[in-house]
Amino acid sequence: MVRRLLSITTLALAASLGAACLGPAQAAEDTIKIGYVDPLSGAFAQQGDASLKHFAYLFERINAEGGALGKKFEIVPYDSKLQPAEALIALKSITDQNIPFIMHCAGSNVAAALIDGVSKHNARNPNNRVIYLNCGALASDLTNDQCDFWHFRFDANTGMRAETLVRSLPKTLQSVYLINQDYLFGQTLQKETKLYLAKLRPDIKIVGEELIPLGRVKDFSPYISKVKASGAQAMITGNWGPDLNLMMKTSVEAGLDLSYYTYLAHVVGGATSVGAMGENRLFTVTEFHPNVPSEQKSAAGEEFVAKWRASHDFDLFQMNNYALLKMLASAINKAGSTDAYKVALALEGQTVKDPMGHDYIMRKEDHQMLEPLYAAQFVKDVKYDSEKTGFGWKTVTAVEAADLAQPTTCKMKRPAS
Amino acid sequence: MEIILVSLLNGLVYGMLLFMLASGLTLIFSMMGVLNFAHASIYMIGAYLAFEVSRWFGFLPALILAPILCGAIGAAIEIWGLRRVHHNGHIAELLFTFGLVFIVQRGVQMIWGMLPMPYRVPSYLDFPLFTLYGANFPAYRGFMLLISAGMLLAIWLLLKKTRVGLIIQAALTHPNMVSSLGHNVPMVFTGVFAGGCGLAGLAGVIGGNYLTTESSMADAMGPIVFVVVVFGGLGSLAGCFIASIIMGMIQTFAVVFDYTIADMFSPLFKVPEMDTLLGEILTVPMSRIGPLLPYALMILILLVRPRGLLGTRDT
Repeated sequence: MVRRLLSITTLALAASLGAACLGPAQAAEDTIKIGYVDPLSGAFAQQGDASLKHFAYLFERINAEGGALGKKFEIVPYDSKLQPAEALIALKSITDQNIPFIMHCAGSNVAAALIDGVSKHNARNPNNRVIYLNCGALASDLTNDQCDFWHFRFDANTGMRAETLVRSLPKTLQSVYLINQDYLFGQTLQKETKLYLAKLRPDIKIVGEELIPLGRVKDFSPYISKVKASGAQAMITGNWGPDLNLMMKTSVEAGLDLSYYTYLAHVVGGATSVGAMGENRLFTVTEFHPNVPSEQKSAAGEEFVAKWRASHDFDLFQMNNYALLKMLASAINKAGSTDAYKVALALEGQTVKDPMGHDYIMRKEDHQMLEPLYAAQFVKDVKYDSEKTGFGWKTVTAVEAADLAQPTTCKMKRPAS
Repeated sequence: MEIILVSLLNGLVYGMLLFMLASGLTLIFSMMGVLNFAHASIYMIGAYLAFEVSRWFGFLPALILAPILCGAIGAAIEIWGLRRVHHNGHIAELLFTFGLVFIVQRGVQMIWGMLPMPYRVPSYLDFPLFTLYGANFPAYRGFMLLISAGMLLAIWLLLKKTRVGLIIQAALTHPNMVSSLGHNVPMVFTGVFAGGCGLAGLAGVIGGNYLTTESSMADAMGPIVFVVVVFGGLGSLAGCFIASIIMGMIQTFAVVFDYTIADMFSPLFKVPEMDTLLGEILTVPMSRIGPLLPYALMILILLVRPRGLLGTRDT
């Protein structure tokens, strides 16, 4: 407890100091800075905090591997409070310091604002351009109709996740109920889950669908009564946080015998709040989970996970962000500088490998990274449990990056220079 | 028919939980004229304390200890905080409680971290109480109903049937007179504030494992509690009770019925299909906006009856 308190205090100090005294004069030239914008305070701080801890680990790793151009990477955190307006203020501050990279993970609505903000900034300031490294805003629109040259998404979008989930559904499953949160991400998932169900599993009947207001539902029992009345065998949901675990809790307590196919149950806090009631019933689609290396018998992967677990009490799952840093390092080396335009060109078509040897490919047409995805089940007998619950993830279906090359509608406007 | 019965029960459970939180808030307001923004934060502290106590001593001691601790925290806030800013008027008090919200949230995140706590329903209450049309009614929900009904009865008896209640009620309307009669009015204020916080703590104990114990739980519960208090009439305990039950029922039933506003008009005339904002508003199913209905109701009541259902003064 004391250690956590200390670490948070230092973090807060570091963040405020970092923002305050890194004027151009003092800006140490020996690091490559990456501005990082995510909710670090308020109700959604949990997500930002988890990503920040992932990055602390991954930055150390990538710096140990040599960084780029002989320099080390440095993260400069900003608080977005999950508000587009706050993220744009952070963008301003980042460009004021001539930092050429802005990284952001949480919230597709924030991402949409940032894509627009970065694009406009770059058009107006050709001498001070930035690349937007998207590390987890997933709505597929961001690399389709809203795609932009300066935006690179380093995580599988909702369409890829929906396809993976539908592929992992067992043959015996005949009827499902869809529940999602009523905002860009949830609506996109609802639409795409239906799309891939129709395409890959036309035998499955959708017996009901529901959009719920984000984080506003305190009592899920009326929804559960409807699910029960519909006779569904499984629920497919992109809900996260309380919207996921309250829903499952109510459903399990009401005695419903359902499977829960989720998109985000693996994120931090998921295992703790679901606990034993998720045993064998809970499924997720994730970019990585701690048991992947042992399932694939990869010693390098095992080492990657073991080192994380020695100092963290929640799961390492953002393997995509390791690919992000590797791609960025290699693109900077290839470009020979941190100039945003040169690095952006060098990022296109990059391929890197994770410790298990899987490919991650940055697609040129829409700047969407292709990555392996895992559909996993929450079970008891696994090597590593999640968040000390005694339960952990076991892969049901693994999909390689190349298998998820879904078409894109992106018509990218490319700057001349 | 069966879905109506099930929904009635569910709405009642949720309404009672709301009441437990809102009653403390409305008591404090009627007493001191302070709208305590930090009320939901005390609820959160109650849940975290209950988790800690139940980890070492079990759930029943937590049920008693956590509200008492919350009451003590409330008393401390009143004596060392509110009483000092009181001279500067209500705005200062409001700002003070508003600031507390942030301090408590950050404090909780620093002490317990940002992950949800594994605070679970005790095993001896974790069984289906009865089965209603094939769906289980968890025993813990029954227990929640029992606790909140007991609390309602206790407050009512305290305020209406005892000497303490007499003094509290008198201090509410005629503080100077009560003071002249030799009663320690500031002490009464502290007591009421502590009591209100204790109730919020109790709601935290039984709400923490029914919902989820995490650092955003105050944010999630805060607004709806205000809606209940404003709707029922600031300072009115009976209004607060009625409003809680109404809110609980509305939220539950809105989800069950898949009607749209356009459907409501359909017996009278056919609403033409429109591809405009109005068309969208008219055709969005009730279930999708259910949890927002309480807020709409609050706006409505502020327009037509600003004092709330049973309130005696305008908000």
